Amino acid sequence: MSKGAKADDAAAEKAARLERIDAAFARAIPYNAWLGLRAVDVGAKGEGRIVLTLPFRAELVGNPISGVLHGGPITAAMDAACGASVFLALREPQRIATLDLRVDYLRGAAPGVDLFCRAECVRITKQVAFARGTMDQGDADEPLAVVAATFMVFRDQGSVLAEGLKESKGGAGSDGGGA
Amino acid sequence: MSDFLAVLAEAKRQSDPSGIAPAVPYLHAMGIETRLEGDVLVCTMRFSEPLIGNFAIRALHGGTLGALLESAAATTLLWRELLAAEVVDERLAMPRIVSLTVDYLRTGRAVDTHARAFITSAGRRVARIRAEAWQDDPERPVAAAQASFLVG
Repeated sequence: MSKGAKADDAAAEKAARLERIDAAFARAIPYNAWLGLRAVDVGAKGEGRIVLTLPFRAELVGNPISGVLHGGPITAAMDAACGASVFLALREPQRIATLDLRVDYLRGAAPGVDLFCRAECVRITKQVAFARGTMDQGDADEPLAVVAATFMVFRDQGSVLAEGLKESKGGAGSDGGGA
Repeated sequence: MSDFLAVLAEAKRQSDPSGIAPAVPYLHAMGIETRLEGDVLVCTMRFSEPLIGNFAIRALHGGTLGALLESAAATTLLWRELLAAEVVDERLAMPRIVSLTVDYLRTGRAVDTHARAFITSAGRRVARIRAEAWQDDPERPVAAAQASFLVG
């Protein structure tokens, strides 16, 4: 097989994986779908890394005078991105729930411009996972927000849930429930 | 005067913040309402299917609780500024959020959720707020948040 064909295969495999992840996280989870989130990039298999886009729309505005986005969609989209990064880092599909999430709003979002949520799972233990994320409007070096989030991983409880999740494909979203 | 400032002026005149949420596009879209209980501003997020984050266990998306808590914090501050303002003009607008930390305490069920916020410190430039969200029992919050805002 030529180098070009191998690269094509790898690209096709990544595109198919991205499509599955987009279907499971962005489209199947009602609130992520409502926000209009889409998965646009993922790390290698087993690597907890994801980039979601949050398209700007008038319904998401929090300041009717300036037209600036409400913080809510930013928090929610970053919760979704961090949760997805943790889920992608798991070996088995298990239910996760956000324990806590901190958002620092570094600068205001420009009105009318789409956003990118970049998240990475930095550490995963038996019961808890840690994620970091940033949000920007196209330039990853100029983040609007930085995020740190921790998640509960339900490993023992997961056997029953994991079966259900496999069947329902994508009920694995973060529900923000406590332990 | 913008439409929104007119809404704020009317809310101040009536001593009733219930007109504020419908005038903020995101709050309106989320089904979030604002009202006074005594002198405490309460935000209620009416349950609707798009708020679900985990359909296997029918739990609210954690982000919706974060959004509700931030809304309660911001509108509580706005209401306080509005009550104190002699004139309603552009300087009021919306308090600018600096940081928000959300603690998720219980699974948010598929029902209406309420939130209230308490100003823990208010300086000339920064206000710190604690917010709590609950469903049936205010003593059993589903989520809580600590937020800092730039004011003035």
